[in-house]
Amino acid sequence: MANWSVILNIAKTHLLTKIKQTSTAALGVTFGIGAYITLVCFMTGLNGMLDDLILNQTPHIHVYNEIEPSKKQPISLYDNVEGSFNVVHSIKPKLSQKKIHNALPIIKYLEENPNVRGALPQIKTQIFYIAGSIELGGNLTGINAVDEARLFNMGDYIVEGSAEDLQNTDNGILLGIGIAEKMSLKVGDRVQLSPINGGIFPLKIVGFYQSGIADLDAIQSFTNIKTVQRILGKANNYITDINVKLYDIEQAIPMSKKIEQQFNLTAMDIKTANAQFETGTTIRNLITYAVSITLLIVAGFGIYNILNMLIYEKMNDIAILKATGFSGKDVQLIFMSQAMIIGFVGGVLGLLIGYGLVRLIDTIPFQTEALPTVETYPINMNPLFFIIGFSFAMVSTFLAGYLPSKKAKKIDPVEIIRGQ
Amino acid sequence: MSIVLEAKHIDKYFRKPVLFHVLKDINFQIKKGEFASIMGKSGCGKSTLLYILSTMDTNYDGELFLNNELITNYHRDKLSYIRNKHIGFVFQFHYLLSEFSVLENVMLPAKKLAEKSLQEIEHDAIEKLKILNIGHLAKKRASRISGGEKQRVAIARALINNPSIIMGDEPTGNLDSHNAENVFNIFERLSNDHGLSLLIVTHDKDFAKKTDRIIQMEDGKIIT
Repeated sequence: MANWSVILNIAKTHLLTKIKQTSTAALGVTFGIGAYITLVCFMTGLNGMLDDLILNQTPHIHVYNEIEPSKKQPISLYDNVEGSFNVVHSIKPKLSQKKIHNALPIIKYLEENPNVRGALPQIKTQIFYIAGSIELGGNLTGINAVDEARLFNMGDYIVEGSAEDLQNTDNGILLGIGIAEKMSLKVGDRVQLSPINGGIFPLKIVGFYQSGIADLDAIQSFTNIKTVQRILGKANNYITDINVKLYDIEQAIPMSKKIEQQFNLTAMDIKTANAQFETGTTIRNLITYAVSITLLIVAGFGIYNILNMLIYEKMNDIAILKATGFSGKDVQLIFMSQAMIIGFVGGVLGLLIGYGLVRLIDTIPFQTEALPTVETYPINMNPLFFIIGFSFAMVSTFLAGYLPSKKAKKIDPVEIIRGQ
Repeated sequence: MSIVLEAKHIDKYFRKPVLFHVLKDINFQIKKGEFASIMGKSGCGKSTLLYILSTMDTNYDGELFLNNELITNYHRDKLSYIRNKHIGFVFQFHYLLSEFSVLENVMLPAKKLAEKSLQEIEHDAIEKLKILNIGHLAKKRASRISGGEKQRVAIARALINNPSIIMGDEPTGNLDSHNAENVFNIFERLSNDHGLSLLIVTHDKDFAKKTDRIIQMEDGKIIT
């Protein structure tokens, strides 16, 4: 029964003759949606960057040998004191090897698992950097540089030189930028290292490493696995850590449990290691949505107000329309369609403005020591945000239009005509 | 002659602010082509009666027939359709949609009815305006024409769907004598030439005297 062309024509005329009010209402929606898009793209962009900062270089599962006291002390193995009350003083950690037993077969086994993107061996050890008579303590990690760059974005943190240089240089070292500054070294120089058990090894600097965490950069250096094995005087199956990257991060917990059971090793999953980090992300998302929804609700009230006023102004028109045969439903549709047109136009403009602002933010320089690869503010332009923003514009204007239009539907023409 | 509009035992109460019996057992008929006027003092209930007859007010007791069809207790949407198709309205205050052009105002009820194509409706509307000698105003904004012209546009709008009856609530009440005369002549011509039924509520004795039949009301009753 609804006659859309007539209804839309009346709605259009109402909107166009009150263009100032119409644009005010539409602008309310525009700003709401624009702010939502900007905020959400920017905030999730920042979130994503912070996530990457931690997650990209963190293995999903870290397998190693934990130094810890035996869970079962020898006394409990002795049957004669069974049932009596034992107190063991000053428990020491169990003497165990740092190396992972059978590391190479384990890596091969893990690589065959369809969930695993890659399993990389590492050797971690303490060393001293020797500068004349001064010895600086530090960490040296043996890696497969190219694989690390592929799976853990190692390349993002190499500020000079490259992962390939390290891989291809025998006795090469990727020096932490902090150490390089302390010792005034540059690429191509040689640095002398001394492992804890003595000896001096000169290594050639092939590049600098900067994680963004100054304390770490002041001690951490990388070299090839073979080089570390040689420095430590160990065989080529000496591996202290295995870093596993999965296709699906959700698999990390069950998989780490399985590894612990199967190989009697410690396997730390990323969720446990970074629990507080995830909380931060959730709260930032919550704030983003709270602010955006507030903006849109304010815009919704703006539309509600303006439609209410419009209906008071158009009482006479409503009475005439009803007297000449328009039903209450037709009148309601006229005002609903006005609200929806305002929502649609305002929403689309809001998306465009949001898009423009996001593009603008994307070009603003943002340089920080902590993030060597980031040059401008991070942005996450997800089409889903635009869909959500537009749907929200339509839903909020629908609700804002519904109540006033319902009032218009119920207006009794006799009362208006008599009132004159 | 066939009966266009018939009221049987219509009673109406106002419940606010106090219970008041406005219309008391109203019975009458309007025949096809009849030009009737309702007269009476202010507050005698003549406008109230007109709104009941127009189907806009549904809160009454009794029975109302339009073209011999009982329309009491019809659903509001159905009544809207009946008003659209069978009843034309002219009010004391022009009541045009001021933002639309004259032509659009006249076309609106026909567009709502949607029985004809847009071209036909436009053609009809211009035809009606020409009958009322205001064809030249078609493209003007409704808010830019004079009071007498507005009333004639309202009549054109009332005619657009070729209704069974035209109802007027003091259509000349707000016009000077010249324009009132003009409007009366139009009504008379419609009644005589086009066989249209008219029911006009008025205060104007001169106007009423010239109609076919005067329905006198007093204190909610029809006395003649």
